Amino acid sequence: MEAFTAHTGRAVPLRRSNVDTDQIIPAHWLKKVTRDGFEDGLFEAWRKDENFVLNRPERKGASVLVAGPDFGTGSSREHAVWALQNYGFKAVISSRFADIFRGNSLKNGLLTVVLDQKVVDSLWGLTEADPTAEVTVDLEKRQVLAEGITADFELDENARWRLLNGLDDISLTLQNEADIATYEAARPSHKPRTIVA
Amino acid sequence: MGRTLAEKVWDDHVVRRADGEPDLLFIDLHLLHEVTSPQAFDGLRQAGRPVRRLDLTIATEDHNTPTLDIDKPIADPVSRAQLETLRKNCAEFGVRLHPLGDVEQGVVHVVGPQLGLTQPGTTVVCGDSHTSTHGAFGALAFGIGTSQVEHVLATQTLPLARPRTMAITVEGELPESVTAKDLILAIIARIGTGGGQGYILEYRGSAIDKLSMEARMTICNMSIEAGARAGMIAPDETTFAYLRGRDHAPEGKDWDAAVEYWKTLRTDDDAVFDAEVVIDGASLAPFVTWGTNPGQGAPLSANVPDPASYEDASERHAAEKALEYMGLTAGQPLREISVDTVFVGSCTNGRIEDLRNAASVLDGRKVADGVRMLVVPGSVRVALQAVEEGLDKVFTAAGAEWRHAGCSMCLGMNPDQLAPGERSASTSNRNFEGRQGKGGRTHLVSPQVAAATAVLGHLASPADLSDARTPAGV
Ligand code: SF4
Repeated sequence: MEAFTAHTGRAVPLRRSNVDTDQIIPAHWLKKVTRDGFEDGLFEAWRKDENFVLNRPERKGASVLVAGPDFGTGSSREHAVWALQNYGFKAVISSRFADIFRGNSLKNGLLTVVLDQKVVDSLWGLTEADPTAEVTVDLEKRQVLAEGITADFELDENARWRLLNGLDDISLTLQNEADIATYEAARPSHKPRTIVA
Repeated sequence: MGRTLAEKVWDDHVVRRADGEPDLLFIDLHLLHEVTSPQAFDGLRQAGRPVRRLDLTIATEDHNTPTLDIDKPIADPVSRAQLETLRKNCAEFGVRLHPLGDVEQGVVHVVGPQLGLTQPGTTVVCGDSHTSTHGAFGALAFGIGTSQVEHVLATQTLPLARPRTMAITVEGELPESVTAKDLILAIIARIGTGGGQGYILEYRGSAIDKLSMEARMTICNMSIEAGARAGMIAPDETTFAYLRGRDHAPEGKDWDAAVEYWKTLRTDDDAVFDAEVVIDGASLAPFVTWGTNPGQGAPLSANVPDPASYEDASERHAAEKALEYMGLTAGQPLREISVDTVFVGSCTNGRIEDLRNAASVLDGRKVADGVRMLVVPGSVRVALQAVEEGLDKVFTAAGAEWRHAGCSMCLGMNPDQLAPGERSASTSNRNFEGRQGKGGRTHLVSPQVAAATAVLGHLASPADLSDARTPAGV
């Protein structure tokens, strides 16, 4: 995973709540067996409308998505995170994220930032009035900065440390191999097995 | 202080706990399917890692599989490639796989319980959000993303922050017309699609105790639609009776030891939940959705709500968008909404009891002209059982299509899809825009409401059917 320290870029204000993963990446895209090439599937149905915010020429190259509450609800598809990243987004800001989506995004180095809806409203206001306005997401300081806006955000220390260092979870876990082996040795024999020896 | 059911199961699986770190949790059962696993196997391959516990891992094919002509090559080359990738990966790594055509094939959340692999007090994961289904057995079961699939394949563990717990207590007697599906739709409408976020839900109370395992699975299945990672129900005699004798259920001394352990899996009387919701079961009625998320639902007897009646601006906006997408107008009686398609199936309502319920309504009746009804068993085993009971004949005699097992019209990944603008009554779990096919419109319903709707051509419950049945029957 790539390390994330801070990112500055233009924003896409997405005034919608409950943006579910079927909207972020429709199911037929899930047939791909790679982690890349999902950018054209991002918000595919909505992008048919030329007025959809992502289609506006002034949003081209924007890298911070500012969305309504309950972003990423629905399925566990990590493809939703890959699609956002493939498209060029580095961070998503919302007042509330679905759990699985949030977990998936942090594992891939897409920073999901939870801010008060009031701050989200101000970011919408700012970036709608001035599409060139830049938004900075600073993970070291745990702050979102934009013209007239300074907002602190929370992220648990462990997740932040892994993101800042771009650490791979599996390698970290395998450092605890001995603990896993000890646990396995003590498991009761009545626990189910898919393959019976 | 006492502990909740979720806390007990969690504590029993902690491999490592350290300050400032998430708990490292052991995973008892890992279910795989073709959609969310290819990139995980790739990751293993790149790192040169094996699957740590093949004996705790099992795969099946469900999302992409066609439900017609299953003996012919799959027409869509991309779907075919994804299934072939799973077969290749399972062969290479040694994972047990039940492919299309196998007697144990089916929707992953139907297969696990029916094999007896889903057991009380276990941790179950799958790269699929409806893994919450397995919580019906008192298992801690949740959906994970592909990175986590790879993590479990490699380590049989997951680092996780401990969620909070919420009790959803349903007291009183459910009216006869009210099913588990109506109950969970009503719960989601009450707490909202984000209401369970950060929580493990525990469904309890006298109305829950009386439910069958199938009904409990329907409820736990949709926990994710309320934003919760997991939903659980404490195991009891109903659970034990369901498991006894199944392929992978413990036997002999192991069975006794297991039951003894399972009986401890109840929330202690002095345990405290972080949140509680109480539902009066007796006040419920058949429930359907009118909008584009599972929280946008109402009793069948109600009208399409007026977006202007929502105080919250974002809810109002969401309702406006939903009505526009669904092609509905505020104030229209839900019962007057006509459908083109009826789908009975999915991991929510594709079990034998669901098929029996739908068949009991359809028996001796006909699907309305112009309505297409698909009945898709959740697994091959369910299909065989249904055939043994003659349910398939009831469906076909009524004019419904009896299909092969799979996810089918629950999501648009296989040939069973809605055309743009088509409207369905569906026993699945998601009414998201385009979920059942681009431009398709979905109303979530119970199997009984689905069957009555098929007969009348508009949203209806069995009570709406006048009783002109042609005596035929099972
Ligand atoms: S039946 Fe539907 S919800 Fe269940 S696993 Fe299949 S696609 Fe997912």
